[in-house]
Amino acid sequence: MTYRAAIIGAGIVGLAVARELMRYEEFDVLIIEKESDVGWGTSKANTGIVHAGYDDEPEKYPWRAKLCRIGNELWHELSRELQVPIEWCGALVLAFDEHDRGVLRELQSRGRANAVPALEFVESDFCSDLEPNISREVVEGLWASTSGTISPYEAVIALAENAVDNGAQLCLETLACQIVVRAGEVVGVDTDKGFQGADIVINAAGMFGDRVSRTAGISDFSIRPRRGEYFLFDRDATPKVHMTLFHTPQPATKGVVVTPTTEGNLLVGPNAKDIEEDERDATMTTRDGLDEVWERASRLVAKLPPRNTAMRTFAGLRPEPNCGDFIIEAYDSPGGLVNCVGMRSPGLTSAPAIAKEVIKLLKGRDLKLTRRRKWKSSREAIRKFRLVPSQEKDRLISIEAGYGKVACACEMVTEAEIKEAIGRGARTLDSVKFRTRAGMGRCQGSFCLAKILALLSQETREPIGALTQKGKGSNVVQGPIR
Amino acid sequence: MKERFADVIVIGGGPSGMAAASYCRKEGVGAVLLVEREGALGGILPQCIHPGFGLLELNEDLTGPEFADRLEGQVHDLGVKVLLDRFTKKLGYEGDRGISVECISPSGLEVLKAPCLIYSTGCRERHAFEIGIVGDRPSGVFTAGTAQSLMDIYGLLPGKEIVVVGSGDVGLIMSRRFAIEGAHVKAVVEILPYSGGLTRNIAQCLEDFEIPLLLSHAVLEIRGRRRVESAVIIEVDGKQAPISGTEREIKCDTVVVAAGLVPEVGLLEKAGAKIDPATGGPVVNEFLETSLPGVFACGNVLVVNDLVDHAVEQGRLCAGSVKSTLDGSLRRPTSWKRSVPGEGTRFVIPHLISGERDTTFYTRVRTPMEDCRLLLKELSKEVRITGAKPSEMIRLSLKGELLSKVRADLTFEVQS
Repeated sequence: MTYRAAIIGAGIVGLAVARELMRYEEFDVLIIEKESDVGWGTSKANTGIVHAGYDDEPEKYPWRAKLCRIGNELWHELSRELQVPIEWCGALVLAFDEHDRGVLRELQSRGRANAVPALEFVESDFCSDLEPNISREVVEGLWASTSGTISPYEAVIALAENAVDNGAQLCLETLACQIVVRAGEVVGVDTDKGFQGADIVINAAGMFGDRVSRTAGISDFSIRPRRGEYFLFDRDATPKVHMTLFHTPQPATKGVVVTPTTEGNLLVGPNAKDIEEDERDATMTTRDGLDEVWERASRLVAKLPPRNTAMRTFAGLRPEPNCGDFIIEAYDSPGGLVNCVGMRSPGLTSAPAIAKEVIKLLKGRDLKLTRRRKWKSSREAIRKFRLVPSQEKDRLISIEAGYGKVACACEMVTEAEIKEAIGRGARTLDSVKFRTRAGMGRCQGSFCLAKILALLSQETREPIGALTQKGKGSNVVQGPIR
Repeated sequence: MKERFADVIVIGGGPSGMAAASYCRKEGVGAVLLVEREGALGGILPQCIHPGFGLLELNEDLTGPEFADRLEGQVHDLGVKVLLDRFTKKLGYEGDRGISVECISPSGLEVLKAPCLIYSTGCRERHAFEIGIVGDRPSGVFTAGTAQSLMDIYGLLPGKEIVVVGSGDVGLIMSRRFAIEGAHVKAVVEILPYSGGLTRNIAQCLEDFEIPLLLSHAVLEIRGRRRVESAVIIEVDGKQAPISGTEREIKCDTVVVAAGLVPEVGLLEKAGAKIDPATGGPVVNEFLETSLPGVFACGNVLVVNDLVDHAVEQGRLCAGSVKSTLDGSLRRPTSWKRSVPGEGTRFVIPHLISGERDTTFYTRVRTPMEDCRLLLKELSKEVRITGAKPSEMIRLSLKGELLSKVRADLTFEVQS
């Protein structure tokens, strides 16, 4: 069969586009993803900040400047519709000297140009009233009340579930090898599992966006991986912060931030290291990198929690386009190709706005679009037992005893939640983790790993030896002893 | 929400909790509730299939499961009320009005109430991130306890080419366990210049299987995008700082982290109990009572023990304290004296003493010493110790008569 549209890449951008396309009767959509789950590229490993939109100069980076603020606004409704954890905690950009104060003023006027509401200067004394754990060296702050923080992987999962609920097809563990073009028009995608016909191909391949584009003959941009490393602290680690703290930005990066997560952890990072063009999966952490993050983060706050209370360190890659700005473009030749790539920061914030731009591009190509009558705007999240009020807890247990069995003690995740995640398609340990938080706490899965493997095996009828942490080649155990 | 009332609640059905609960009954305490998170009692014992358990307590050499069976037998014989599959969500401490414990169970939420509580939740393992290992985050990195549970509870082999981090007894025993199953243990990497394990374990677990022990080495980095492919190790200097240029890559598919244990004090700390940074466990007096009167602690949540027998002994002591709390005979002094670590020791348990009764102390040396003396200078007392190791707890019982001479502090020093 031929789909109306194929999307390459099930990250935040590809899935935001998928959800948006499914609003219209004309679209049946196929999403092609090489990994075993959605959001495993850039989307899952970042700060999770929903930026206010004052960073980018409209002349230099028009897409970034425009879509960040709009995306920030769209996330309000979208996070409610999709039940994605989000906290509008605000952000404070900190100045440490006269030069920085000048930068704060530039940011404010840039913010105004980008239509960002409510950017206010805060004198140093009031900074510490706003955030008690702020560095004593701060001379002034710029308060962005519209900044927030979201759970990025839950956002991706929610978008995917909603798109699929509305009829999109999600093909995991499928590598898009080549966009097939005939007579100047896109006709589909060659994958490692065969050809898939599609009239429109949307390239949202993130880290691999330039390579995928090249297969369709568009090679006027390139993407380089920029690695950032992070510390994620135990929920009980103190002192925390209540809002996102930024340095004044540098050209390559908004710098190391100290921020709360939606789950109440403290997150610190990232640094920005440009790595080799071909190292597009090099998400390793390094000693030097983490030391750098630590040192820079220490300057933002009065005190960081002890370093050994960081329960995890990780790294993520940002796809840095050589042009600096997002690439959101439909082409005449080949017709039917839409590039949605180069989604460096603020890609997560902008994703809902990017999706709307794609619709505009398609409408601009005289595509008739009719609203789908049965389109569902909402998606129900897996109920987090931990957050349910006591009486409701009792009621849930009386309906499903699995809610009364806590499998992951650190994050208080019950067997019922894990089974539901599996029911919704989780097939790997990481898929269960990102859907339920099982294994995300201070013991990092030491206590619950075996239990979750057993549950996965029981529910999917796969032998434990075949189960993986994160897809092909990442088997958790060898198999039975003898 | 269901409510249950008891004279004492014991949280954690491992060795010290089982011992505490059954001794409470033996002491004549009426209603004893033993609350366990898992579906069976035993704690970590059922997966410890090697011998070495019960030498002091029972004068027998048992395996973990055998020892657990003995304790569990007592629990049932003595009429302890066991609540399995109970996840303790909150510990409410209301002073004179007693203690409440909120649990999640398959039959609904429960609130347990009692005037006394024994906290015996054990410990958790330090994992790769906590010891600063960097690199990739593939599958194949396990804590030793997880690997042990996969092997001996679930019957699964975690991997075939193994690097073990840490040469304490846990690391040594797991090395042997892998070797017995035909896995190739390529190295045991120890950051200290000496092994933290018992001498007999070095012989029986490493030497007998020709497993190399790399002292003064650390695992720096794990490589492998999907499954572990190698571990990069490096030599460290006397201050445990890596010596650059000494990196070496060891091919392996599994890294087992046996890098120490951390008491699981979470709820106790949230309820307001004071924590000793040196042990990671609660500050206790000679009754093993925490800074919350009526709340006692034993086993690995009190202090990480190397012998299960000590954990059981602590459970028994808690039981006696509960009994005397309930019958009103527990007499706390108007002011406590402190037992404190001095030169050469890391901590002393208990932290507070009355100086009025016989007390058993536990301490550990900071570094290994051949022949040394434990010095209690305030009492002008010396105890000779042959071969002290940080991994081997020093247990010392002192008479009340002697302790009555302590004025303010009793310092435990170790000198060579």
